[in-house]
Amino acid sequence: MWHLAQLNVARPLAPLDSAQMADFVRDLPVINALADAAPGFVWRLRDEDGQDATSLRPYGPETMVNMSVWESVEALRDFVYRGPHLNSLRRRREWFDYAGIEAHLVLWWIPAGVTPTLDEARDRLELLIRKGPGPDAFTLRRPYPPPDQVPSG
Amino acid sequence: MPDDIGAISALADPLRRSAYQAVAAADRPMGRDEVAEALGIGRTLAAFHLDKLVDAGLLEVSYARRSGRSGPGAGRPAKLYRRSAVEHEVSLPPREYRAAAELLAEAVERAGADATLYAVAREHGRQVGAAGGGLLATLEKLGYEPELHDASVLLRNCPFHQLANQFPPLVCGMNLALLEGLAAQLAPGCKVRMDRGPTGCCVVIDF
Repeated sequence: MWHLAQLNVARPLAPLDSAQMADFVRDLPVINALADAAPGFVWRLRDEDGQDATSLRPYGPETMVNMSVWESVEALRDFVYRGPHLNSLRRRREWFDYAGIEAHLVLWWIPAGVTPTLDEARDRLELLIRKGPGPDAFTLRRPYPPPDQVPSG
Repeated sequence: MPDDIGAISALADPLRRSAYQAVAAADRPMGRDEVAEALGIGRTLAAFHLDKLVDAGLLEVSYARRSGRSGPGAGRPAKLYRRSAVEHEVSLPPREYRAAAELLAEAVERAGADATLYAVAREHGRQVGAAGGGLLATLEKLGYEPELHDASVLLRNCPFHQLANQFPPLVCGMNLALLEGLAAQLAPGCKVRMDRGPTGCCVVIDF
């Protein structure tokens, strides 16, 4: 069985304890709690403090990351584009800069029960940038089915 | 396009159009008898028009047992009608504003111009609101199908549905800003917020 892994990257416009980021920081625990309880949610990346991934800088000092695993594209889409998460997403450019980031979100299929690594995630992001959406690295706008499903049409 | 012209032509008959509007305005599927009563016509005539609307692709049929009974002897399930989710559009001469909207939305997204779009939408909402009228009537005219629930207005229809599904944060953010501008003019003091659910418009207005 296959699960869906996702990575998103962004550059925060200000330190997380600044006034500019206040609403983002305030809403994040609510959104994370909703994710944990969402249908089809499997796992999300956390740092040593265990709350979220906001302190991690695996790709360089300025780039914040978030990585998670879901049971399906639909489960991820229903979480991302509804409720409080959508409400925060529409404000993303108050908090994050994407200049020089050619792709800020990548999805890929991973065997159920496997935890994705940040190295693999970066490889998938680079694959998406090099080749555009395909079966091994894709986006919510152009998803691909898992390896064991024949594409319809 | 021939399908769409056929679909919309099915509404030419005034009684049939009333039947369609009654079903479209309902918040749950309606049976033949309910529609007949709402229109003050006989059940056979109601069924005739409703089934023509189904043939035209404007209504969809489902079956359910209203009484909650099941098993043999529970009676035949009732035939219920609801508005079809299929979009029908006719423009003469041919116009493709949706295609242009998709290109413009993608360009705004790539350029990171979300804030500009929201400002434009808010201003536009204020201008529409400046023309006056009640908030609910204006929302109805704009296609949102507003419904009052306690002290909140829920919007049953998203006028930008497909575009919002393609560019959710951008188009929903645009919509929120538009309604913020509108409400600021027509109902200052009420709160406009985003809370997108599985159906309908993402915005809720609290009085």
